[in-house]
Amino acid sequence: MKTTISGRVWVFGDSIDTDAMYPAFAMKLDIPEAAKHVFYQIRPGWTDLVEPGDIVVAGKNFGVGSSRPVAALFRQLGVAALIAEEFNSLFFRNAINAGLPALTAPGVTSIFSDGATGSFDVATGAYRNDISGATGQAPALPPLILEILSSGGVLARLSEQGYLPIELLDALRSGAIPVDSGSGA
Amino acid sequence: MGMTMIENLLARKAGLARVRPGDIVTVDVDMCVMIDLQFATMWIPPNRIHDPDKIAVVMDHAVPAPTLKDAAAGPKARKFVADFGIEKFFDVGRHGICHQVIAENGLARPGEVLACTDSHTCAGGAYNTAARGLGPAELYSIMCTGTTWYQIASTVRYELNGQLPQGISGKDVFLHLANAYGDATNQNLEFGGSGLASIPLSDRRTIATQAAEISADFATFGVDDLLREFLTERGVHDYEPADADPDAEYFAVREVDLTGLEPYVARPGTVSHNGLPVSQIERRAIDQAFIGSCANGQLDDLRIAAQILRGRTVAPGVRLLVTPASQQVYRDAMRLGYLQDIADAGGVVTNSTCGACFGYHMGVVGPGEVCLTSSTRNFTGRMGSTEAEIYMASPATVAASAIAGYITDPRSVTA
Repeated sequence: MKTTISGRVWVFGDSIDTDAMYPAFAMKLDIPEAAKHVFYQIRPGWTDLVEPGDIVVAGKNFGVGSSRPVAALFRQLGVAALIAEEFNSLFFRNAINAGLPALTAPGVTSIFSDGATGSFDVATGAYRNDISGATGQAPALPPLILEILSSGGVLARLSEQGYLPIELLDALRSGAIPVDSGSGA
Repeated sequence: MGMTMIENLLARKAGLARVRPGDIVTVDVDMCVMIDLQFATMWIPPNRIHDPDKIAVVMDHAVPAPTLKDAAAGPKARKFVADFGIEKFFDVGRHGICHQVIAENGLARPGEVLACTDSHTCAGGAYNTAARGLGPAELYSIMCTGTTWYQIASTVRYELNGQLPQGISGKDVFLHLANAYGDATNQNLEFGGSGLASIPLSDRRTIATQAAEISADFATFGVDDLLREFLTERGVHDYEPADADPDAEYFAVREVDLTGLEPYVARPGTVSHNGLPVSQIERRAIDQAFIGSCANGQLDDLRIAAQILRGRTVAPGVRLLVTPASQQVYRDAMRLGYLQDIADAGGVVTNSTCGACFGYHMGVVGPGEVCLTSSTRNFTGRMGSTEAEIYMASPATVAASAIAGYITDPRSVTA
């Protein structure tokens, strides 16, 4: 797995909750449609601007709230990583389990602003603003978490282990959400 | 130094002599509770699962189905439980909000690990269970493998002293703590002290449930006579309680004087540093009053609401919605006359579901409206429009305010 993630950065504030990223009305939609409503109220139009490979940087208590799989929406949008001063632990687990790298990086919001490009090495915790040259050091992700990420998320890992059909492996690695469209088949 | 309650529990489950904050442990999960949304949003039939006896399936968030997407989930859930011989299936009619169903059926046992796809799973901490919110992908994984991992967080101990006054509920205790101390991100909460005996199980569950609102991981209560009695009534025996060591090391120990508490209300957006005693709030007219959810749709909550509403009338211009936390609560509340009192006063009693609490169905609020809720969460947009305001208070305060038409101290009605 490539452990250094580089990309354009979007910076958000403190205590961004799950309902601000995945509102209840979007839960009635399929993932590609639901993903169009991420940050619908706090930054309307953002989903038209974000591009594959971009990185979301946020402040403290990022993702407080629901268990709803917000990370699946970020993966749908092509977001490459979530970096925050501090994560709600449920939201952090959801990102890792979806195969979306997430790193707790105290001080990160003080050296990035919207549009900067940054590089984050989740295996060492080192990060850098590629425009200003400012650097920071976060705690590295532990091996168990790196392992889940290298599988492409927990569902892809289950496919590798034979719990889910092996034919789904590539799709699951790429972040697809398995939705059985059959009538209970 | 010794270990906190949750550290002792997870160390034992992980087969370790000791754990410390920051450690990652792998544990066997004793009960894996899956909900309807799993089948609506993230579902492919598995090739094999770990143990059907350690799985329960509860239909709660979107029942009876409000959308085609939700309607399609039901048959998938029913086929899954049939294919794998899962006996703990709580289909519509014997359903309820998962945390209530867990409690009623003794699925959360002291000293054990429970997993469920809902952020309010920390509710199970009221029963001395290591239960916390997890996502649907992780639940799917636990369903398959029977295990998961936790990173041990540091623990805040709340030492509850004195006696909970008459008319003050677990909601008031929680709103006071959230206002006084704010978020507990990446921290566990532990509740104990000499005042604990004055807090009924229903109120403990309200408190444990709402730990999610201050971003905590686990929120556990110790095993005492009240809990033992509760468990015995539900056929739960042979458990191994987890307790804190006398020399446990905490992030903080906070003393709480229960005797001095009064009814609290949280303003819209968050409960964290955003509340005040109800007696101090300005006159705030409300459009919708809601009593329900895993936090406050319990039988005790409905009893308290019914006592206030009996013989009174909901104010013109106010909609009072009451959602029992389970079909069992609904049936009990009907038998005891609570639902009659609520309906006679002009309240609407709905079927049991997560519905209005998460703004998904039955009670969505519109732009410019003010809702006073005794559910779990008051985020902007949580219950519908982002231009609606959601205040949060106890069932007593919500019932009294529904009568008054504005947010009011329930003691002014019951006095």
